Formats: sequence, C-alpha cells, structure tokens
Amino acid sequence: MLESYLPILVFLVIAGFAGLAPLVAGLVLAPRRPDENKLSPYECGFEAFEDSRMKFDVRYYLVAILFIIFDLEIAFLFPWAVVLDQVGLFGFVAMAIFVGILLIGFLYEWKKGALEWE
Amino acid sequence: MAEFANLVWIVAKIVALVVPLFIAVAYMTYAERRVIGWIQWRKGPNRVGIYGLLQPIADACKLLMKEVVIPQNANRFLFLLAPLFSIIPALAAWAVLPLGDGLVVADIDAGLLYVLAMTSMGVYGVIVAGWASNSKYALIGAMRAGAQVVSYEIAMGFALVGVLMAAGSLNMSEIVHAQQGPFWNWFWLPLLPLFIVYWVSGVAETNRLPFDVAEGESEIVAGFHVEYSGMAFAIFFLAEYANMILIAGLATILFLGGWYSPFHGIGYLGPIFDLVPGTLWFCLKAGFFLFGYFWFRGTFPRYRYDQIMRLGWKVLIPVTVVWLVVESVFILTGFGPWF
Repeated sequence: MLESYLPILVFLVIAGFAGLAPLVAGLVLAPRRPDENKLSPYECGFEAFEDSRMKFDVRYYLVAILFIIFDLEIAFLFPWAVVLDQVGLFGFVAMAIFVGILLIGFLYEWKKGALEWE
Repeated sequence: MAEFANLVWIVAKIVALVVPLFIAVAYMTYAERRVIGWIQWRKGPNRVGIYGLLQPIADACKLLMKEVVIPQNANRFLFLLAPLFSIIPALAAWAVLPLGDGLVVADIDAGLLYVLAMTSMGVYGVIVAGWASNSKYALIGAMRAGAQVVSYEIAMGFALVGVLMAAGSLNMSEIVHAQQGPFWNWFWLPLLPLFIVYWVSGVAETNRLPFDVAEGESEIVAGFHVEYSGMAFAIFFLAEYANMILIAGLATILFLGGWYSPFHGIGYLGPIFDLVPGTLWFCLKAGFFLFGYFWFRGTFPRYRYDQIMRLGWKVLIPVTVVWLVVESVFILTGFGPWF
C-alpha cells in the first residue's frame, strides 16, 4: 500500500521545481539595480519608524492554541466518522462524551471572550 | 528497468496535470478580470491579442522582466523560500484529486487526510513570507492571514468529517463513488449546511473577497507580500489561484459528485448525458465554483476582521457540530433515502 505514495513524493519534487524554475528565471532575466530607497521597508512613503520585530496581540496566540485543540479533535473524529455505521450507538455515545467535554471548553472560551476581536 | 519505466509514467502523469493547471491559473486571471468587467458594465482586458486572450501571457512576461527586490533587513534565504512554501502544497494537493473514473495520479487510501494536510501547509508560506520581509505591514498581514486561515480550517475539517460519515471512506475516488446517481444523490443535498460551511470557509481559506482583509490593499496595502516584486510575487499569485482551483475541485468531488453527470442513472436522460466525458463534467462543476469566486468579488463588500473571526468561530463551527449530530442520528437509525 505504501508504494501508492511514491507518486506523491515525485509530485512534491516536481512542484518544488515548478516553483523554483520561474523564481530562478526571474532572478536571472530581470535587472538588479538595488539602491537604498528601493531596499527600505515599505511604510506608505514614510521612513520606517522602528524595528518590525514588535509585540503582537495575544489573541493571535489564543487562536493558535484553540486551533491546535480543535485540530486534534478533528484528528480523533476522522477515524470515528469512517466506521460510524460499524461502531453503532456505543461508538456514537463515546464520541458524544468526548466532543461534549471539548464543547464545554469551547463554551468557556466563548464566555471568557477569547473569541472577541473588538 | 520496470521501476524506471514506472517512474517515467508517474512523471508523465504529473506533467500532464501540472501544465494544464498552470494554463488554467493563467487564464483564470483573465477570466476573472473579464467577469468582473461584465459585472461592472464594462469590458475587461481586450487589447492584447484577440479578445485580450494574450493578456495573461503578456502579464507573465512583464513579471519575468521585473526586478525581484529583496529588502535590506529581510532574511534573504527565507524571503526567497517563502514563495516555494506557498506553491508546493497548492500544487501537490492535486496528486489525489480524481478528475475522472480512475484518472488520478496517486490513488491513496488516506486521500482526504492528505488534502487537509496540504492545505494546512499553505499557512507556512504566508507566515514565513511576512516574517522574513522584516516589514511591519507584512508582519501584521501575515499574522492576520495566518489566524484567519487556521480558524476556517477548523470549520472546514468538521465539514469534511460529515462527508466522511456519509461516504465511509477517506479515498477520494470512493467518496465520488458513494455519490453515484442523479444530482439529488450528491452530498450537497443531504449535507447542505456542511456544503455551505465548506464553501464559505474555502473562500476564506484562500483569502478571497469578501474575506480578504489579510491583503486589504486599503489598510495594510497587500498584507504578507507587500515587499515582494517580480517573479517572487508572481509565485504567490500563482499559488493563490492554484489554491482557488483546488478548493473548487475539492468542493466538486466532496459535494457535487465529481465526474458524474447530473442525470446519471435516470431513464433515458442518463445514458445520453453519460456520453459526455466525466472529466468535462468535473471541469464544468469546478468552473461553476470558480465563477462563484468572481461573482462574490464583484458583489460583496469586504468583511471586517472581527466579523470574519466571529463568523468562523461562532457561526460556522456550531453549525457543523449540530449537523454532525443530526447526521449521526440519520446514519444510526438508517433514516430515509439519504443514508
């Protein structure tokens, strides 16, 4: 069964070339005349105020954490979904308990306001 | 020797898929500008070649001749690697999409999981591009785009779980086979809420209007790829459009019966419409979704960022969870004609 993944490996390599070839062609064919103003970061015409390595909003971090939790949930749901007609009611109840626990966490998150973006 | 011949055959199949895909991407930019032109009661590009048909080629040549500016403080290696991070998953996901009965590069059992993995990889390109540019706008755009893509991926994943429950297999061809029959047998009808959630999150996932705040040219100019120019920018553009076609193709396979004709298996109509090659049906259905992309762009105002996040987390995810429960009850009770 594993050999059916060989085309994917080949595809990844070819996709890499398909991206690399135009990039290299662009670097070779296009002119390269860098000057200081051209290379400065774009801030709508102003000089850059400060470094771009700045603090960012904690909500991005929250979204990332939530994503990890829910992606794990999906990872558990996939095998269950494929065999649902075989595991029957017992399997359904077991998954309902699992998802229910996660949904309580989700509701807590919701009420705490972690999903608010003013 | 046999292994070498096998490898050549695989490469031939991949090239036969990737070359039309690149042409499709190029002409999609043309089609988009024409369609939006019509929507706005004007003509789109119509000067380069007859009906403006050479416009995408002219655009490509122009971009090829443009300087690739690498900003002063950028991390040069990552800056040039980021476009590749975007394009590789956008193309490689096509390996498992069946364009007809048996017409697939890699018929793997975990097809849907592979597609989900590949679409998740795309977010690395965005984050790496924004970070490596070392520019404030680029970084903010990357954070926004990353958070948005990641949020809608959850809703998309839940919608896919519903498809899995209905089809009982992760293999893409099996999923299409499970929808055999006329158009009311396709999953879009029994899974209507999931179909809508999937399509909305697909539009959000590709950062298209009305969810394109990540690029929002009016506030953070172009988002994560402000600093990109020339061919490096073109590759992001290519990846975005390849992703759009991918989402359209996936929606076709998962909800619109892949290569089956809409009248498959109906008395006299079925055999007549079956004469049309399956791949053509696939392209027509995918084209319908692509037209939807242009249509949304021509008609909807842009969402605000907080509205986007609210829609993703507070509307789409609850809808999918409810429908998954409803669907499990249908399956467990063997209800009606649906399952």
